[in-house]
Amino acid sequence: MVERGTAVEIIYAALKEVLEQAALPPLASLTEDTVIVGKDAVLDSLGVVSLIVEVEQALEQKHDVSITLASDKAMSAKNSPFRTVGVLADHVLQTIAEGAA
Amino acid sequence: MADQQVVLVTGSRKGIGRHLAETYAKRGFLVEGCSRGDAGWEGENYTHANLDVADEKAVKHWISGVAKRRGRIDVVINNAAIATMNHVLLTPAATANRMLEVNVTGTMLVCRDAAKVMMRRKYGRIINFTTIVAPIALAGEAIYAASKSAVVTLTRILAFELGQWGITCNSFGATPIMTDMIRGVPKDKVDAVVQWLAIKRLGTYEDCTNVCDFFISPASDNITGQVLYLGGIT
Repeated sequence: MVERGTAVEIIYAALKEVLEQAALPPLASLTEDTVIVGKDAVLDSLGVVSLIVEVEQALEQKHDVSITLASDKAMSAKNSPFRTVGVLADHVLQTIAEGAA
Repeated sequence: MADQQVVLVTGSRKGIGRHLAETYAKRGFLVEGCSRGDAGWEGENYTHANLDVADEKAVKHWISGVAKRRGRIDVVINNAAIATMNHVLLTPAATANRMLEVNVTGTMLVCRDAAKVMMRRKYGRIINFTTIVAPIALAGEAIYAASKSAVVTLTRILAFELGQWGITCNSFGATPIMTDMIRGVPKDKVDAVVQWLAIKRLGTYEDCTNVCDFFISPASDNITGQVLYLGGIT
């Protein structure tokens, strides 16, 4: 069972890792409102790809949860489920719940 | 984490896939193979999984299991494929769809999930099998050849999408080898293909090992997005 707070922490860690790998400076502040996709996003499109993979891999390795975040539904959603840290955390929990259903 | 490189080989129950799986296992690589049924053979350093590469959940489960057990994936050899020889006027949609599903989607799924594991170590070698019947436009193989042309394009683009993580992606098209896949093709048809070649002989398993050795070599880190055909075909 992954709690929402855990999902948020995983995303924070993944975001830091991706920024570090891209040799970008760390963010001054990291909150659930930090924008991942869209205007004022902290990552470019390839950074988003890396972030999604990092989050999937962390869930798998540390929590034994195997999910695909970029599902058909997610990729065609009117509002991106990757747009902020908080929205992505909700998407993580929803994807886990759907997989368990 | 073991020092041994981990190699995935799809379609490792028989034919070229089995030969490559056995060869690399004997050389000390940790080989993880799969096919739609039991391997029917065993070997040191070889682990088998029963799955259909077109089954997204099964592929994800397989690769995540390998990543957990082995901690890494270094090489992917996407050999699994199906072929039916049919005039296009006699090809049912279900046959065409199934070929595309296994040959194209299946290849993509294994590449996708393995690349996610490879990314972490910034190293990977992916080889996707294509066929010479695409460039020679062999009558009777329209859908199979089309699916393998798609594999070439997929591979070329993956080379660009995955290059930043040190993952190379190349395609390989062997000349006809007497595997089960072409055993059902009339002999005169196979002979005609061989006569088309610059080197007029059937392919061998060793031809395949030779090309794979080249692509998976750590020294081949700048060899990517290429398609290599045997026998003079371009």
